[in-house]
Amino acid sequence: MTAIDPTAHLTAEQIEELGHELDAIRDEVIASRGEKDAAYIRKVISAQRKLELVSRGVLLFSIFPPAWLIGTAGLSVAKIMDNMEIGHNVLHGQWDWMRDPKVHSTTWEWDHVSPSEQWKHSHNELHHTYTNVIGKDNDLGYGIMRVDEDQKWHPFHLGQPLWNFINACFFEYGIAAYDLELGKNLHKRRRKNPEFRARAKAVGRKIRKQVIKDYVIHPLLSGPSFLTTLAATFTANLVRNIWSHSVIMCGHFPEGVQVFERRSIKGETRGQWYLRQMMGSANISGSRAMHFMTGNLSHQIEHHLFPDLPSNRYAEVAVKVRALFEKYELEYVTGPLPKQVFSAWRKVFRLSLPNRTPKVKTPDREQELVAA
Amino acid sequence: MTSAALRSGAWKLLEMVTTPLLPSDYLDLVSPLRAGAELRGRIEAVHPETGDAATVVIKPGRGWRGHTAGQYVRIGVDVDGVRLWRAYSITSPTDRKDGRVTITVKAIPDGKVSNHLVRSAEPGTLIQLDQPTGDFVLPQAKPAKVLYLTAGSGITPVMGMLRDTEFDDVVMVHCAPQPQDVIFRNELHDLVADKKLRLTEVHTDTDGILDIARLDELVPDWAEREAWACGPAGLLDAAEEHWAEHGVQERLHTERFRPSIVVAGSGGEVTFSATGKTVDADGATPLLDIGEEAGVLMPSGCRMGICYGCITPLRAGAVRDLRTGEITQAEPGVLIQTCVSAAAGPCDIER
Repeated sequence: MTAIDPTAHLTAEQIEELGHELDAIRDEVIASRGEKDAAYIRKVISAQRKLELVSRGVLLFSIFPPAWLIGTAGLSVAKIMDNMEIGHNVLHGQWDWMRDPKVHSTTWEWDHVSPSEQWKHSHNELHHTYTNVIGKDNDLGYGIMRVDEDQKWHPFHLGQPLWNFINACFFEYGIAAYDLELGKNLHKRRRKNPEFRARAKAVGRKIRKQVIKDYVIHPLLSGPSFLTTLAATFTANLVRNIWSHSVIMCGHFPEGVQVFERRSIKGETRGQWYLRQMMGSANISGSRAMHFMTGNLSHQIEHHLFPDLPSNRYAEVAVKVRALFEKYELEYVTGPLPKQVFSAWRKVFRLSLPNRTPKVKTPDREQELVAA
Repeated sequence: MTSAALRSGAWKLLEMVTTPLLPSDYLDLVSPLRAGAELRGRIEAVHPETGDAATVVIKPGRGWRGHTAGQYVRIGVDVDGVRLWRAYSITSPTDRKDGRVTITVKAIPDGKVSNHLVRSAEPGTLIQLDQPTGDFVLPQAKPAKVLYLTAGSGITPVMGMLRDTEFDDVVMVHCAPQPQDVIFRNELHDLVADKKLRLTEVHTDTDGILDIARLDELVPDWAEREAWACGPAGLLDAAEEHWAEHGVQERLHTERFRPSIVVAGSGGEVTFSATGKTVDADGATPLLDIGEEAGVLMPSGCRMGICYGCITPLRAGAVRDLRTGEITQAEPGVLIQTCVSAAAGPCDIER
């Protein structure tokens, strides 16, 4: 809710027209989905499995420093691939059209402590439907941070750079707690809710399995390399967490991204919904390798417009989407990873303090025009 | 500790190593046809039979239990990236030395799978397999006289029988538009030359559709024969009527190929088979709303087609995607997003 609405110059008709143009882009990809796309995801899955297998194999000898380095790097990349290009996208239903029960949103489970079922609810349903709507989309600061001037400041926010750093290091646990809505559910009354308890138990089971695998079984299998393998797995998880946290911060937090009031989405049309996704997301520019390692979330704007299109098609979609941004004179927020991460972090720091200038009341149209 | 307990313990340990994947996910990378794997097969060759039919040679996985002559197998093939399941008669004999099985496929107009298998299937491709099934088979005790009555691709299960079991007295009446459309024609004529088969070809382009009353003239002793018939519904209906009229219906065995012909309309009767509710739906209301109004507990999410929280199996019929107009027909394993799909004719939702 910046004082000046960057979409104010659009008429209702233009917004609906924009919606139709975006629908046409979507239909075109759906009509052309086929064997090449299927081959792509199968290749990525197979490569991820082989990389993880080899890396873990190398780590059996992690007592030798070169083996530690190679194994840790390989495992980090394998874990990132699992979470980003494969897990996130499969769980979005992007590959359900293949009708392969092994690559399907209903059967997929990922290397993550949040069970896929719970993540699908909080991410696909809540975040993607209510993108950047304060009070509805908890991804805005994950309930622990203030990421917009319009959110009320509280002394608790003074520590938010630290909270954010801790969250980055243990991101998968942060996500699990977030999917559980832990903060809200820790109240005495809610703790006993059987539905919450069942979900908490499922998370407990998932954490136990992941922890035993990473920190007990694989180190034990390594024998004399027990400690070095333990350190390697911890490092790989840390790298994966910080990486995915950084990528995800770039999606909605950098400067230039809009947030919305709850009442603004009442009776929202399809065109308006599209427009909110466009203004509420930010991209990362870079090489093909960068796009791959971010799970194509570097095309966050395209992903938010079409969350169920296969990720390998976002790059071609981006060209057309960007043209629409230009046509309708909207700002396409994008930049290289370091710049976007810096921008998001700067916001985290800035908003840890109360607003510097007293907040002006939302200006009326005339004032906006004067300001413009 | 028994060896079975030891094995299951070892397996559990292995599952802890591979979680959240299963050990089989890794084993599939190297050995998809191994014992204990989900049943699959590998296409090893595709031999053309006629202009629009081909025999596909498949190496089945170790879990293949073998078939009985005349049975069919369901196969799952990826066409344009989408897995589609179809049933085909097995045409290879049961005692084939190399353990391969064959199906013979006739490309039907607009048939996605049949055209793919006949024209573009590549050797080396993995396909999904079910165990063979079907009761269109020969009896344990050898009948003295046999009649095979077939038309078009209806010859395929019968070819499996002919190649598998020899009888002393076998007659076949086979219908096809023209001589060059007769699948397995050379092999049939070799059998005739070896006096193992008496064959009558009916070429429907010149002779017209077979009038079942002509059997009296083509095979005078047809009523004494144990008969197996396979072909289009018209032929089978006529045969069943004919055999029944003469009071020998127990000698006739028929096999009907059931192509799933769904005529996609707009709206229709929706059955929620798990709850046993049936309601009328128009062609514009999402099935999620239809179900909820009928009091069926429907999974739901964003209600706009983006979160995949509402997907539910479509057991029968067809639905239309309200965003793209795309029609989806029921097939095993087909799930639909109920929040953006409407009935396109009668359909059955597993809820």
